[in-house]
This record gives sequence, C-alpha cells and structure tokens, in this order.
Amino acid sequence: MNAPTLVPDFVNRKSFIELDARARAQSLFDEGTWRELVGPFDRIESPWLARQGIAPQSDDGCIVIKGKIGGAPAVAIAFEGAFQGGSVGEVSGAKMTAALDLAAKDSEAGKPTAAVLLLETGGVRLQEANLGLAAVAEIISSALALRQHAPVITIVAGTVGCFGGMSLVAGVSSYTIMTREARLGLNGPEVIEQESGIDEFDASDRALIWAIHGGEQRVGMGLADSLVEDDADKIAAAVRDCVHKGVPEKHRTEHVELYRARIAALDTSSQIDPATLRQQWASHKGGVR
Amino acid sequence: MENIEFNYPEAKRLITKRAHVGVVGSGDMEVLLEPNSEGASVFITTSVNGFGDAWKAVFDRFFSKFDGAVRIYINDAGATPGSVLLRLEQAVEVIGQ
Repeated sequence: MNAPTLVPDFVNRKSFIELDARARAQSLFDEGTWRELVGPFDRIESPWLARQGIAPQSDDGCIVIKGKIGGAPAVAIAFEGAFQGGSVGEVSGAKMTAALDLAAKDSEAGKPTAAVLLLETGGVRLQEANLGLAAVAEIISSALALRQHAPVITIVAGTVGCFGGMSLVAGVSSYTIMTREARLGLNGPEVIEQESGIDEFDASDRALIWAIHGGEQRVGMGLADSLVEDDADKIAAAVRDCVHKGVPEKHRTEHVELYRARIAALDTSSQIDPATLRQQWASHKGGVR
Repeated sequence: MENIEFNYPEAKRLITKRAHVGVVGSGDMEVLLEPNSEGASVFITTSVNGFGDAWKAVFDRFFSKFDGAVRIYINDAGATPGSVLLRLEQAVEVIGQ
C-alpha cells in the first residue's frame, strides 16, 4: 500500500498557530497541572471599548494560566491576536503585570516561577492609548524584576506577530522562541510605510517583510533564540528546555557594548540587505546564544 | 454599538455546567453560557447596529430546540447568523447537556 507515504508530515502535525490564545497557553503545561486565573467568567472587561462603540471581550484578550512546565512552577500569559489585534489595554496590561509580579514574589520566596509570554500583538491598544502605554512600562519593569530570579520566555508564533511596545517586552525577555511564520519588530510594516513612504518600505511586499521581521532572520541575527516549527509539541518542548536552562548568565539587553559596537560598525552608505546583516551579526561572538 | 436582550421563560431544564467559546474577532463572537435559576435570558453586545430582528430570529430558532435554563452573554464583532448559530451549538456541545 502506498497511501501512508502520500501523507506529508504536516497533515498529522498539531499546528500551534491554528490554536487560539487559550489553547496555546494550555498546550505548554504538564497535563492536569494548570488552571486559569481571572478567566472569562470573572468578566473583567475593558471599560473603555464600549464607550467607543466596540464590543469588549470577557477576558480582554489576555489569558493567564498557572501550572507546571516540566515539573517546575510557571505562569503563561497569552494575548489573543484575533481580538483587537492582540492589543494591550488597561485590563489586559494589568493582568500581565499582576501575573509577572506574583511570579516574582513566588520566585523571591524560594519558588522560582518562570513566565511564558505568548505575544501576538500590535502593541498598545489605540482606544486606550495612555493607559496602554503605561501598561507596557509596567510590564517591562515587572519582567525585568522577574528575570533576575526565573526565566521570562517569549513565544512569537504568528500570524499577527509582535510589534510596538510589546516588541520591547520580547526584547527584555530571557529567551525568545519564534516560528518561521512569526514576525518581530518595533515598527510594523504598515507603520513604516505610512511614516516614511513606500520607497522606504513596501508593506505589501511579503518577501521583504519576512526577510526583515521574520523568525528566521530574527534568530539568524541573534535577536531571538530559537526557531521552532509550527508544531505544538515542539514548541512545548522548546519552552520546557528554556525553563530547565533557567536564568541566562547575561540577558540580551545587558550586552550594551556589543550592540553599540555593531550599530557603530554598520556601513549605511549603501542599502544593507537582510542576508548580509544576518551574516555580519551572526558571526560576532556572544550575540547568539 | 447596541445592547439587545431576550427572555425565554419556557426554557426550564436544569443546567449545571458553563461554557465559554469563540473570540471577539472580525466576523466572529464570544459566547458565555451559564446556568440560570429559572428560564433563559440572552444579553447581546454587538458592534453592528440595526440587526435586532436577525438576532431575534436566530434565538427563536435556537430555543425551539434547546430548553435549558441558562444565561447567555454574547460579545459580537459582526458574526453572521450562521456563525452565531454554530457558536451557540458549540457552547451547548461544551456543556454536554
């Protein structure tokens, strides 16, 4: 019978990207160990969206799950990319900050609790602009506090990607896991095109976008740590690996001199292409873990 | 945005579980279904105005088959009547009653 050979591997693969934020977060934990905190039935919704004629969501697009990963205590905080582009508002930001603070408190009390951030987000929610900006600042300071005691692991799986203020959160995390489909960058393609013109960046050029923001490039440049296939089991294994590794000796954002030197060494007299940049940056020692 | 409410006092069967399905994404909606002491009530928050009759038709149809005493909360971002019925059926499947 030839039938089995005709079925490609991806047919039987359990896609991570196809899961919603809640299912993604649940899939990372050891079976039967997790529970959701401040779930949809607690109805902590954004008080600002309805006033602007937008239907809110009962969990404000932020799912917090506590449990065990590879036997160690952990908390996962997932943003639902389908709700308002996974944007950070007052409520979703407060949920993430509180979860990180509780993990830090547990860690300081001798029970290291890793945090896994599943970021599918365009950044601050424009309808809650100032509150969202404040939330990003709080999240970053909480992540910095936690990462001294336990790893903060970011997953950007796609298809929304991780942009704006939340890309800074990915930047300060201990480890960043990406898929080939994922994108990570401070300014999203549309924003760059809008601000600098289509000559600078063509937001409809998908090949260009992925060559710059894509997972393969980000990992290749050492701005993310591991490139994992879109497979729930493989991503869960990669997270367990990071939890097991614990706090890295030196975080990426502590390599200040390395990155300053890299930027100073860039030759901007001609257009730098993504492949060259990857080659240059990957060859430096210490940048890529 | 519009808030719509329906009541189906004849739905009296005791329900013990609750369900949460869906997401408030474009063309989709979120359903929270939980036990009610007596009769069924539906509370809809939708970002699309002027479709009260369509919502009424969908729920009349849903409660012609389902008789559980429940409170249903919906946050809607423009789901079509077909998607609404599918989400409701999915919620019923989750409570398994």
